[in-house]
Formats: sequence, structure tokens, C-alpha cells
Amino acid sequence: MIELAEHIYLDNSATTAVALEVMAAMQPYFSVVYGNASSLHGFGRDARRAVENARAQIAETLGVQPEEIFFTSGATEANNLAIKGLAAANPEKRHVITTKIEHHAVLHPCAWLQTQGYDVTYLDVDAYGRVDPEAVRAAIRDDTLLVSVMAGNNEIGTIEPIARIGEICHERGVRFHTDAVQAYGKIPLPLEVIDLLSVSAHKLNGPKGVGFLYVRRGIKLTPLLHGGGHERGLRSGTENTPGIVGMAAAAQLAMSEQDEVVPRLREFRDRLIAEISKLPGTKLNGHPKESLPHITNFSFAGIEGESLVMRLDEHGIATSTGSACSSPNLEPSHVLQAIKVPLSMAHGSLRISTGRDTTAEQIATFLAVLPQVVADLRAISPFKVGE
Amino acid sequence: MYTEKVIEHFRHPHNQGKLPDYTAVGKVGNIVCGDVMWLYIKVEQDTSGREVIADISWETFGCTAAIATSSMVSDIAKGKTIEEAIAITNKDVADELGGLPPVKLHCSALAADALNEAIYNYLVAAGRDIPPALARRHAHIAAEMNTLEQRYAAFLETQEAAHGEGG
Ligand SMILES: Cc1ncc(COP(=O)(O)O)c(C=O)c1O
Ligand code: FES
Repeated sequence: MIELAEHIYLDNSATTAVALEVMAAMQPYFSVVYGNASSLHGFGRDARRAVENARAQIAETLGVQPEEIFFTSGATEANNLAIKGLAAANPEKRHVITTKIEHHAVLHPCAWLQTQGYDVTYLDVDAYGRVDPEAVRAAIRDDTLLVSVMAGNNEIGTIEPIARIGEICHERGVRFHTDAVQAYGKIPLPLEVIDLLSVSAHKLNGPKGVGFLYVRRGIKLTPLLHGGGHERGLRSGTENTPGIVGMAAAAQLAMSEQDEVVPRLREFRDRLIAEISKLPGTKLNGHPKESLPHITNFSFAGIEGESLVMRLDEHGIATSTGSACSSPNLEPSHVLQAIKVPLSMAHGSLRISTGRDTTAEQIATFLAVLPQVVADLRAISPFKVGE
Repeated sequence: MYTEKVIEHFRHPHNQGKLPDYTAVGKVGNIVCGDVMWLYIKVEQDTSGREVIADISWETFGCTAAIATSSMVSDIAKGKTIEEAIAITNKDVADELGGLPPVKLHCSALAADALNEAIYNYLVAAGRDIPPALARRHAHIAAEMNTLEQRYAAFLETQEAAHGEGG
């Protein structure tokens, strides 16, 4: 194995390192302030104060009210709560609109609704992965309950026109949910037209297993978890105090660093695109500009993505792929299929996702290693590229 | 998820590339489904007049397991007589690698199929009788390729429609 110090982690869309500041903020809540936030005594009151303080801090990053923030175990739960919770609270409306490029944490709750007799429209996207707001308008019906469109895509980085989509939903009186897991802390979010918004802490240098759902005041949801009535009855379960405190610290860190980190990540992305495009038989998946700053996705003709990831791993570089061979059902990722990457190219996809700890030297090292690895795999492939 | 042996063969594959003076080639897989293997064999007579696989090489488009099984099947088959090589199964290949994750077993099947096809093509070109087992497996492989192409035909059409104009 390669020494940890030599590792280059370019898989920040999968998860991130917990920032040292965040760890420090969480530390007291494991064995000093360990009370149950519902308890009457001092231990409990201290925990409650920490939880409510975190709620206020998170609300502030979005410019919303603390009562509109509900803590969950992550974005999978937040998405499920938004979609299934809204459906259960509004049984008369039986139609949901979403897109073909959502995360499975949105697609699968929608698919489950279909098993319950709901109608779900999965909107197409263009070659860059963008949803047409007019297609959303056209799909809305009298019985449409919800439109769910992600703010930025986790595989190819494409930013969706959610401000426009949200406006259309509001004009038509339809609720609008957005999965902002990858976009939060990276791009501005139009909260004025968003009814429900999901975030996960571990994608922003916070801990795993904690997230939140923003629920615009006045929107009724039915809980998924019934129990002690925590989170004002919407999400029972003793509050994960260290996790919640860590998420708030991570959110504040992301917001305070945004002006410094985001331009740097954009530069890295521009450089990755410029350099990788020079290699023969490569194609950018996603939009060159209308993209989250930290996600870059390329396809390499003639080679398969899983072996590319494994070869890079030998060099201590962590990346990921949407290739068929890396998926349990041996199909290329639904996002690459939705943007109609030809199957031969979809097999050779590579996702490079940077983060606050990524350095220019690491990008340079990656860009030096990549052509060797690509050439090496092409040399043993029957498909010759660039000859 | 992969054994040490798989990783070792993936990192340092044996017999990779294309033999300049091969006698036959077996081509299996399909880029649409993702796994493609071309296996080259050079058949010679040994001192006692038996036909042996004197040299072997491969070119593979596929995952870690596909590359490791290509390397392994070439190791196993090298120096074997045609009869011995025909008997090599995908289980032999997977076993020699210390096993494969279940979802990756088809990659070892690809390796054994490619060897089968190379030998089949050799015997056909040499005007030799085809052992019934080899012929049956050849028919099975051909049928499978056909099914895959049909399964993806609709998808291929949509791809062509989407990418037809302007590439
Ligand atoms: C866009 C998106 N939505 C949802 C999730 C799920 O988040 P979590 O891991 O917090 O359940 C992820 C992360 O995998 C994601 O990238
Ligand atoms: S080549 Fe696709 S799974 Fe092995």
C-alpha cells in the first residue's frame, strides 16, 4: 500500500475528510456534554442548547428560520422524508415530477411511490445533463404534488436551472424540492422558490450520518419515523448532538471559506478540462462552465473505468467511475445514459472530485500520472485510440 | 473485494499485447456490453509431434477482473497441448486467482471463451475435425453474442439517432 501521506484524494463527491475545526467543535459532545437533549437536567439543557444553536447557524447559512430546519441521518433520509412525507400528507395529489439524473436517494423513493399507485414523470435532460424548465411546466398537471430537481449533479457536476424551475412550480402551486447535497456551500441557492431542500454533512467536511431537510414554514409532512416526537414530531430519535454540532460547524466553515475555496476549485476544474481534453479519445461529460466547481467527469475511449480507477489507485490517487463494470447490475450509470454518452464511452468514465484540501501540486501529479495510466491500459486494449 | 492474486495479475499482467506471428485469434465480448477480449495463440508441434500452444497473448477491454483473468488464462494455457487447452474452464481460471466476486465471474467466462474460440478458429483454418464439446461451446458463445447484440439493438439505435448528426 502507498503511504497515507502520498495519497491524493479526488473523490470528494463520495465523501470528504472531516475538517479539523469541525472535529474540534464536535469533540466535547461525545463525553463531556453528552446529555440527551430532551432531558431536564443540566446535561440535557447543554445538549439542547448546542442542538438549537446548530439549527440557528444552519438556518442562517440559508437565510431561513431555525424552525424550518429538521435534522436527519443524512440526505437519503431527508430526500425520503421530503418525497414520501409530502405524499403521505397530501393523499389527494398523485403525481410527482423528477428527472432521470437524480441521485438514487430521490429516484428510489419516487419508484416506491409508483408501487403505491402514484404517477411519476422522469424528465429527460440535454446532452450536458440540464433539465429544461419549460419541460417541467409542460409536465405539471392538476394532480401534481411535487417537483424534485437536484441543484447540481453528483456525477457530472451540471448545475440545474432550479431558480427558474422553482418559479414555475410556485406559479402553478406545486411544491418544489431540491437535493442540494453537492451544491450547498458551492453555489448560491434560490431559497425564495424552494419549499424543501436536502443537505448532507459528510459532503462538506462534516461527519457521516447526519443531514437536514429544510421545510418551508406551513408545509405539512408526515413523519417516516414515529417515536418520542423529536424534531417537533417530524423525526423521532434522540438528537445526534455531536453530528449536528459538526454539521453546523462544517456549514459555517464552508460558507466562510466559499469565496476563497470555490474559485480555486474552479481553476482546478478548468485546468483538468484543458489538459485532459488534449489527450486523444477523451470527452468531457457534463457542461464546461455551468457546473459545480468540484466535479469533473471524462470518458476515455478504449478503456474501461473500473480498471482506470484501480490503476490510479496503485498510484495512490482516489477517483471513481460510472462504468458498467463497477456497478452491481453491470449497467453504466443512469446519469451517463441520460446524457446519452455512447455505451462504448460510458464504459470509460472517470469522475474527479476535488475539495478544500486539494492542492495545485496534487492536480499536477494527477495530470502527470493520468496519461501514463491511460496509455498503459490502451496498450492492452483491442481498441486502438489516436493511432 | 479482489484477491491479492487478482490485483497482482492486474498490476503486472502476463502475455499482454498482440503476437506478431499468431496462428489464430479468438474474439469474444462486445464493446456495447463492456467486456472485450481478443486472444492470440501460436500453435507449434513439439518434439514428440503434438500440437502445443507455444505462445499466447491477449488484448482486453474490461475491468480489473477481466484483465487479471486474461493474464491468468494465458499463463495456464501456455505450453499446453490443444487437447489440454480445450479442457480449461472458467472455473479453473477463477480458482487459480483465488476466486472472483460473484458479479465478476462472467469476466472469467470471457477468458475461457476467448481461448475456446481461438482453438476453434485454429482447427477450422487447419481443416481439422472439431471435437463435439468444442463445437457445442462455440455455438453457445455465438448464440450468446447474438442475444447480447439483440438486447442492446434498441439502445444502439437510440444512440445512433442521438449521435448520428455531427458525430
Ligand atoms: C446528490 C446526492 N444526494 C443524496 C446523497 C445521499 O446522501 P447521504 O449519504 O447523506 O445519505 C448523495 C451522496 O451520496 C448525493 O451525492
Ligand atoms: S469487464 Fe465488465 S465486469 Fe469485468
